[in-house]
Amino acid sequence: MIVPFDILILIFLVVAAVISLCVKDLLAATMVFGAYGFLICLLWATMGAVDVAFTEATVGAGVSTVLFVATILNTRRKSTD
Amino acid sequence: MTSSFHDWIVPHFNAWVYVIIMMTGLWAVIAKNNLIKKLIGLSLFQTSILLLYVSLGVKEGAGIPIIDHEAAALAMSGSDDALNPDRFANPLPHVLMLTAIVVGVATLGVALALCQTIYRDFGTLEEDEVLEQMKTLHDDV
Repeated sequence: MIVPFDILILIFLVVAAVISLCVKDLLAATMVFGAYGFLICLLWATMGAVDVAFTEATVGAGVSTVLFVATILNTRRKSTD
Repeated sequence: MTSSFHDWIVPHFNAWVYVIIMMTGLWAVIAKNNLIKKLIGLSLFQTSILLLYVSLGVKEGAGIPIIDHEAAALAMSGSDDALNPDRFANPLPHVLMLTAIVVGVATLGVALALCQTIYRDFGTLEEDEVLEQMKTLHDDV
């Protein structure tokens, strides 16, 4: 584990989590959530969990973002909070 | 202040961050009004728990839990150090969390399908409007 890299990614992770919950546009929130998924994938790789990193990049960041975007296309993009 | 920062914050930084992300997700699930936002909060909560378990498998100075050809050849020639467990991160939490990621995405898909059904029936994804409409429906019956 590379400690400065780890700390940097963890700080970005918290920022991405808060932004994805605070932004009012749901599509933007989903995209920031995808960025969060890729950041946490980098974190798994630094912690030596390469299998979890692969799965997170494909399933966590890829498929779940696609599912969110499909739902937003079928429903509404604006959110009140 | 500086010594407490170095003694408490830096060595346990993963722990601090997963607690922060977990509480952010819990807040979103409870306090956010939009159902999609609630689901994002739920996913944040889930990844924070994955972070907790994968952090348990980290060892200082250890690499990825894969034996390369060089280490295998060294082990064959009788060197004990090549297969020393201290050189590899603990893979048991990794495989457990692999299952959790896949199950999490499956449940997320079901939740988003339910959101689409709610939108079709009520025309909104805001929780208070859905509850209001359900209340008037109930009063009519």
